[in-house]
Amino acid sequence: MAAQNTSLWSKHAIFEKNSIILVLGVLIVISFGGLVQIAPLFYLKSTIEKVEGMRPYTPLELAGRDIYVREGCYTCHSQMIRALKDEVERYGHYSLASESMYDRPFQWGSKRNGPDLARVGGKYSDDWQRAHLAAPRSVVPGSIMPNYAFLFNAELKVDRIAENMKVLQIEGVPYTDEQIANAAADARGQSNADDAGNSAFAKRWPTAVTRTVGATGKLTEADALVAYLQMLGTLVDFKVYDAKANLR
Amino acid sequence: MSKSLTFGEIGVSIALIALAALSLLVAAKAYTPEYAFHAYLFAAASVGGVYAIVNRYGARAAQTPQTVDGKPNYNMGPVKFATIMSMFWGVAGFLVGLIVALQLAWPAFNFDLPWIQFGRLRPLHTSAVIFAFGGNALLATSFYVVQRTCHTRLAGDIAPWFVVLGYNFFIVIAGTGYLLGVTQGKEYAEPEWYSDLFLTVVWVVYFLVFLITVTKRKEPHIYVANWFYLAFIVTIAVLHLGNNATIPVSLFSPKSYIVWSGVQDAMFQWWYGHNAVGFFLTAGFLAMMYYFVPKRANRPVYSYRLSIIHFWTLIFLYIWAGPHHLHYTALPDWAQTLGMTFSVMLWMPSWGGMINGLMTLSGAWDKLRTDPVLRMLVVSVAFYGMSTFEGPLMSIKVVNSLSHYTDWTVGHVHSGALGWVGFVSFGAIYCLVPWLWNRPGLYSLKLVNWHFWVATLGIVLYITSMWVAGIMQGLMWRAYTALGFLEYSFIETVEAMHYFYVIRAMGGGLFVVGALIMVWNIYKTIVSSNVEAVPAGRSQLAAAE
Repeated sequence: MAAQNTSLWSKHAIFEKNSIILVLGVLIVISFGGLVQIAPLFYLKSTIEKVEGMRPYTPLELAGRDIYVREGCYTCHSQMIRALKDEVERYGHYSLASESMYDRPFQWGSKRNGPDLARVGGKYSDDWQRAHLAAPRSVVPGSIMPNYAFLFNAELKVDRIAENMKVLQIEGVPYTDEQIANAAADARGQSNADDAGNSAFAKRWPTAVTRTVGATGKLTEADALVAYLQMLGTLVDFKVYDAKANLR
Repeated sequence: MSKSLTFGEIGVSIALIALAALSLLVAAKAYTPEYAFHAYLFAAASVGGVYAIVNRYGARAAQTPQTVDGKPNYNMGPVKFATIMSMFWGVAGFLVGLIVALQLAWPAFNFDLPWIQFGRLRPLHTSAVIFAFGGNALLATSFYVVQRTCHTRLAGDIAPWFVVLGYNFFIVIAGTGYLLGVTQGKEYAEPEWYSDLFLTVVWVVYFLVFLITVTKRKEPHIYVANWFYLAFIVTIAVLHLGNNATIPVSLFSPKSYIVWSGVQDAMFQWWYGHNAVGFFLTAGFLAMMYYFVPKRANRPVYSYRLSIIHFWTLIFLYIWAGPHHLHYTALPDWAQTLGMTFSVMLWMPSWGGMINGLMTLSGAWDKLRTDPVLRMLVVSVAFYGMSTFEGPLMSIKVVNSLSHYTDWTVGHVHSGALGWVGFVSFGAIYCLVPWLWNRPGLYSLKLVNWHFWVATLGIVLYITSMWVAGIMQGLMWRAYTALGFLEYSFIETVEAMHYFYVIRAMGGGLFVVGALIMVWNIYKTIVSSNVEAVPAGRSQLAAAE
């Protein structure tokens, strides 16, 4: 670098002649955006606040959510109601950050080939959801959704749910050890009020709703998926929710 | 000189044997049959790798010379392999795209089979096209360009082969995983933890091979294409690690849970997702533009200073653009606004790059009439300019409130993917194959011409139908009656899409036909001695710097 050309452009030679400096330059330049946009989200009130009513997924709902992820439902359904007039009127209150605080991975989606599902819970009956999953066009003639009849033949493997919950507990989801230890029994207990484990389930999960699925005696993947769909967006009670406390 | 096993051969063999043993253990205790299948694939590939090393040892000379007759002894084997794989995955990925397009038009195309439901095929389509087709094109061209512009043989002996073979094995694992329902459910980052780990190893080796080749260059300056390749390789590594920070349930389970949740996971995802566009699909392919357009036009790059501005502003601004995927969501407003602002600013370096590519044609515009390969390259740059104008437009919050969640986004992505990434790769491969296989030219330029027009027509059908579909859908969602009620139910907006989905599938079909014409042309070029003359300039092209 002895023979200096005074032009600023010639200074760029340092990057063109030293591969390591070029790599370091790239690393520094690309680090700003991510740091500024991501790091604060772990500290800001509006993104880490816990809202009344939020609870982790029950074993059955978690199993259903894993099936939702496995089948790629997010490729057609969003779970994020934007703060726009028509969306709020069509789907309900706009989604809060806290409502996906236990979502690993998040499933906000990016495309609506089908409607948003952020608040689909309770909109239809369990029976409607089962019929719709098995053959969507039997209840919605114009639908382009695939038939998920095969989920009704696949028995839900409840014995691995505890292990999954254990990992989520390590990652910070407030599952109690008791909830994890009884995951398999609670998955059955939530599926039907007639199940022997229902009262024990209700004690461990006081705010979770018992579904009317799994009546055939065999708990299927479809049952778990319906349990998940039916709780989506139902946890926060917006009659008592204070939006001003959560300004963003 | 006596022949002996190199350190690399011994080291890689031991690593592969260890991986095979571990894979068999995992296969024996795997929680799911899908995972066991993948473990067996890992074991088989490892054993195959050891066999290939032993076989190669028997056949190879004692030492590979760095130069032959004073000229660099270029290592083109891995380049050839990646070129062929790019073609193969390209056709496969386009075909799956056609199938998912048909599924949206007629759901009967799901055939009620779990493995080929839309939800499983759509990630297969996106990954096959982006990472398999595009990724192999990037591997092939980066290994070619870095050798030529550095005037030196590719670093490493086994390493370049490990990169191309390992990367393609990763694709097999990821792709079969999608069909079998192994996914972590993050867009464009669906492969599960064990595929991600393996890819990390491959990627680090890729980075080292590339960097060491640059370091031992015989040219004083690092050529501009290599800046872009380096930025692409480094940044993709950072993004991959950040967005795939998961904890596996067990060594024997394919399932993992991401450590980020909810809004933080969303921001991580689109920081990754948008920069998979910015660095994989843009920076890497701009490197292709900076090598193949000047080579094919036989003209120097238009402006050196513009290259410098283009490079640094592009990589600085792109990384901020992610939040424009999350407008009006639960992401804080300030982050959305930052994302929008930087996306709009990004228009400038993008067009700077486009101008640098197009103006390289100065004095050589007449070649567009006679050389369909150059025409393909130039049109790809034009599509790049169009999508990088459309992108900033769609990132503006009010526009995004209409376009988000609709097919407008899908159309935008495809004008970039088919028009820019597809065409620039096709152009590069059309240039590369005769150079790699020492043919005086392509089998048929007429077929290139057919490919160009069929594919262009396909793209036009695709993006115009998606513009209409997307904007219409967005307007229907927000339409109100005179009494103040929402005018359309959701299902009415789905039904309105049908004819546009049919047109889109036709466009996609044409694009597949174009790719098949290309495969035939490339095949005939490689196997046949009956070759057609290429316009003048070919001999200079061969003596690439």
